[in-house]
Amino acid sequence: MSEPNQPHARSDHAQSDHEQADHEHNIVSPVIYLVILLSLLVGTALTVWASFIDLGEWHIAQGITLFWNPVVALAIACTKMVLVVLFFMHVKYSTKLTKLTVGSGLFMFLVLVGMTLADYMTRAWGRW
Amino acid sequence: MSAATIVSLPDQSTARIPRMNFLTKENGLLSWLLTGDHKRIATLYLISITFFFFIGGALAGLIRLELLTPQTTLMAADTYNKVFTMHGVIMVFFFLVPSVPATLGNFLIPMMVGARDLALPKVNLLSWYLYVIAGIMAIYTMAAGGVDTGWTFTTPLSTHYLNTHVISTGLAIFVAGFSSIFTGLNFIVTIHKMRCPGMTWFRLPLFVWANYAASILMVLGTPVLAITLVLVVLERTMHIGVFDPAFGGDPILFQHLFWFYSHPAVYIMILPGMGVISEVISTFSRKRVFGYTAVAFSSVAIAVFGFFVWAHHMFIMGISNYAALIFSLLTMLVAVPSAIKIFNWAFTLYKGSITFETPMLYAFGFMGLFTIGGLTGVFLGTTGTDIHLTETYFIVAHFHFVMVGGMLMAFLSGIHFWWPKWTGRMYPEKISQLAAVVTFIGFNFTFFPQFILGMLGMPRRYAAYPPEFQALNVFSTAGATILGIGYLLPIIYLTWSLKYGAVAGDNPWQATGLEWQTQSPPLTENFPEIPIMDHEAYDYEWLEKMQEKEVASVG
Amino acid sequence: MSDSTAIASGAPADAHHEHPPYQRHHFETVDQQFDATNFAMWLFLLTEVMFFGGLFTAYLIMRNWYYPAFVEASHQLNIGWGTANTAVLIMSSFTMAMGVWSAEMRKKGMLVLFLSLTFVLGLAFLGIKSIEYHEKWEKHHIPGLHYSEQSFLNPASDPEVHKNYPGDKPLAPDMAAHTELYFFLYFAMTGMHALHMIIGITILGYMIYRARAGAYTTGHVTFVENFGLYWHFVDIIWIFLFPLLYLISRFPNS
Repeated sequence: MSEPNQPHARSDHAQSDHEQADHEHNIVSPVIYLVILLSLLVGTALTVWASFIDLGEWHIAQGITLFWNPVVALAIACTKMVLVVLFFMHVKYSTKLTKLTVGSGLFMFLVLVGMTLADYMTRAWGRW
Repeated sequence: MSAATIVSLPDQSTARIPRMNFLTKENGLLSWLLTGDHKRIATLYLISITFFFFIGGALAGLIRLELLTPQTTLMAADTYNKVFTMHGVIMVFFFLVPSVPATLGNFLIPMMVGARDLALPKVNLLSWYLYVIAGIMAIYTMAAGGVDTGWTFTTPLSTHYLNTHVISTGLAIFVAGFSSIFTGLNFIVTIHKMRCPGMTWFRLPLFVWANYAASILMVLGTPVLAITLVLVVLERTMHIGVFDPAFGGDPILFQHLFWFYSHPAVYIMILPGMGVISEVISTFSRKRVFGYTAVAFSSVAIAVFGFFVWAHHMFIMGISNYAALIFSLLTMLVAVPSAIKIFNWAFTLYKGSITFETPMLYAFGFMGLFTIGGLTGVFLGTTGTDIHLTETYFIVAHFHFVMVGGMLMAFLSGIHFWWPKWTGRMYPEKISQLAAVVTFIGFNFTFFPQFILGMLGMPRRYAAYPPEFQALNVFSTAGATILGIGYLLPIIYLTWSLKYGAVAGDNPWQATGLEWQTQSPPLTENFPEIPIMDHEAYDYEWLEKMQEKEVASVG
Repeated sequence: MSDSTAIASGAPADAHHEHPPYQRHHFETVDQQFDATNFAMWLFLLTEVMFFGGLFTAYLIMRNWYYPAFVEASHQLNIGWGTANTAVLIMSSFTMAMGVWSAEMRKKGMLVLFLSLTFVLGLAFLGIKSIEYHEKWEKHHIPGLHYSEQSFLNPASDPEVHKNYPGDKPLAPDMAAHTELYFFLYFAMTGMHALHMIIGITILGYMIYRARAGAYTTGHVTFVENFGLYWHFVDIIWIFLFPLLYLISRFPNS
């Protein structure tokens, strides 16, 4: 850092880069967009197809059963979301701050849903 | 009170308010109504929230008057319900939530980070307009007959069983919520992206950290309230919905969604006040804040943990025992960062050169009253005691101690502290010290008896109560009268000071911080050139060196 | 003491440096402006995540409680229209991303083309949605508006759906009543989503008008890029709404 009270010229980075794309120093190629588009459409077809098939369940413990259909549907939806976020929304090429922001949003959403559902699910456990 | 003071005013016979400042830059109503200047917007907010504060205060006066007698004397029980509901709605959403952020935060944050304005000035102005629109909707609601659900809008009472103006109140709060969201969003972007060269995160004033943490809460929490209100409005209109058991819905779901915001809301309300206290205690002890890093991180910790504890408002409502256990444990956790702050402020005072100007008096009041309020919060966070104390006056006393004894005192502390910077004029010290003391005395007489009333079992939100509680209620109302005087005085003398107050100069408190290195009132663009931050926060040695240099360089 | 002195000067006093016309005066550089507004849009999207989060929470609980009602009620939604809408929105996300690319590459014609395609696809989505809503109105499945449980008390009375889902049993009266809750959530969630689409399409219209004037192909892509973020977000909401509302269970004997 500069010594106290000594004015010094800031670097004139403002003037130097009018020419290049003035934000992302990384422009995503349309080929990638096309690949993502196709993946998303395939995912859609997959999830529709899966909903017509009974994928069964998994008895984890007495009274706790996991049904695979909703799990698969959500998994496909989450994958599609990740693709849109990373590539269409450029998060893969963004700053750490952007990634942290996206992560914290997801986290808060999960806290809202998860902790609320935890109350409902544990009611069935009765008293101590 | 010691006669020592750190106030250092310029020679009054020659001092003048600088002719070019943000207040004089442009004239005319439109220059105010279409401004992008964060300082003008802060001024607009200050006027608006003061207006709503007095409406909320008048409603409080009505409450206390009614509670002088055990029977319903002044008003029917339904009317009483409306009075305390509107008191809560106005005080929470139209005063406390925007109080420090929208006024002091808007005014100071760009200057404190060394920027010319907030990142999004138009969004800032929009935020104020949304507040005003929401306020008009709230006033309409009151004029049209009010709402009597309590500020917590518990369902299915609010969606099914009442005929009062739930929808318009819900919509008013919805709009006010977006005002709050936009303010918080603006602050986060500004603090991340517009710090001047040399202004690292750990050189920021703690006021900025506190507002940053509150802004995170505003941005992530308020939208949940918004959707909850939308669902309530839909349910009332369509007579079907997810909150009414008669339709298959769940009232607890409403409470989960409502308190998911409303608990972080209390931290939205208190954190900026804590930021003010950090600044004031440092300045009036002439000492850097002890444990800067701890105080900074504790603000963020309060914000993060504040999201995990909401169901402690629902212990008796029918949540599962296991959920109650988890939320209770987490509530213990969230008390820790607040306590850390109190300890750090106490250690800042230790061996400091303490003087007792008005902002410091309010800060002392804050420290004592917030500590009591916070501790009673811990009692309420333990499920065992909460079962007996909830929905009694103990709760009322608890939140008034933290919100009024804490937050409102911090707000007044901040207003007095930055008044000279904002207006260029000092407020009159003696009467303001008197007002601070009157407020403190009035506050304790009003709300301490309510702890006892709660322990004795008096329920909250009741217009009529068993006669054995009358004595304490009368005591409380007497205190409220004193408190009212304490709050009226500042309006009078602060307005007086606009014309007759002493000229303050740049830095009457000899405080550190970038805002004190500019003229009072500041220029519209804050700084002639963007400053470079080359010293740590609360660096009083740097300030001394600066002042020596200034003296040495005259003539 | 009364003249203002900054602590230390930044740029020398005479450097009123050149900056592009679209740079606002409170920003020091164009990069700072872009960074700040981009970050602001992300924060706004966070608020939208939490906003829809409340709806998703309500949905998850109600679906858990009233699963049979939700399954049978979801069969009333036409999977063809739903899938088509999903494909339409995904396509529009692609065209929007290509629009941003065109702005970055300063190709005005392509930008206008892709923005217009996005606009048309958005309208197509809304068109399909209104067909679906109209169908719900015809069958008295709009909650609060002469809602009829007949299709669920007696599935045979609804041949259109019954022939696709012959395994759907008549629901008990209380469970049939809860189908209205499903539709409440259906309209609340898709309605809120559609409202966001309408706002997006309106802004798109404005953007196309400005893009034709060349506003976004001189290096100032901020508006297009940030709007793109909003548009992709609205797409992501639908990516979740579709399986949750339409694909609860479409196999027999559920």
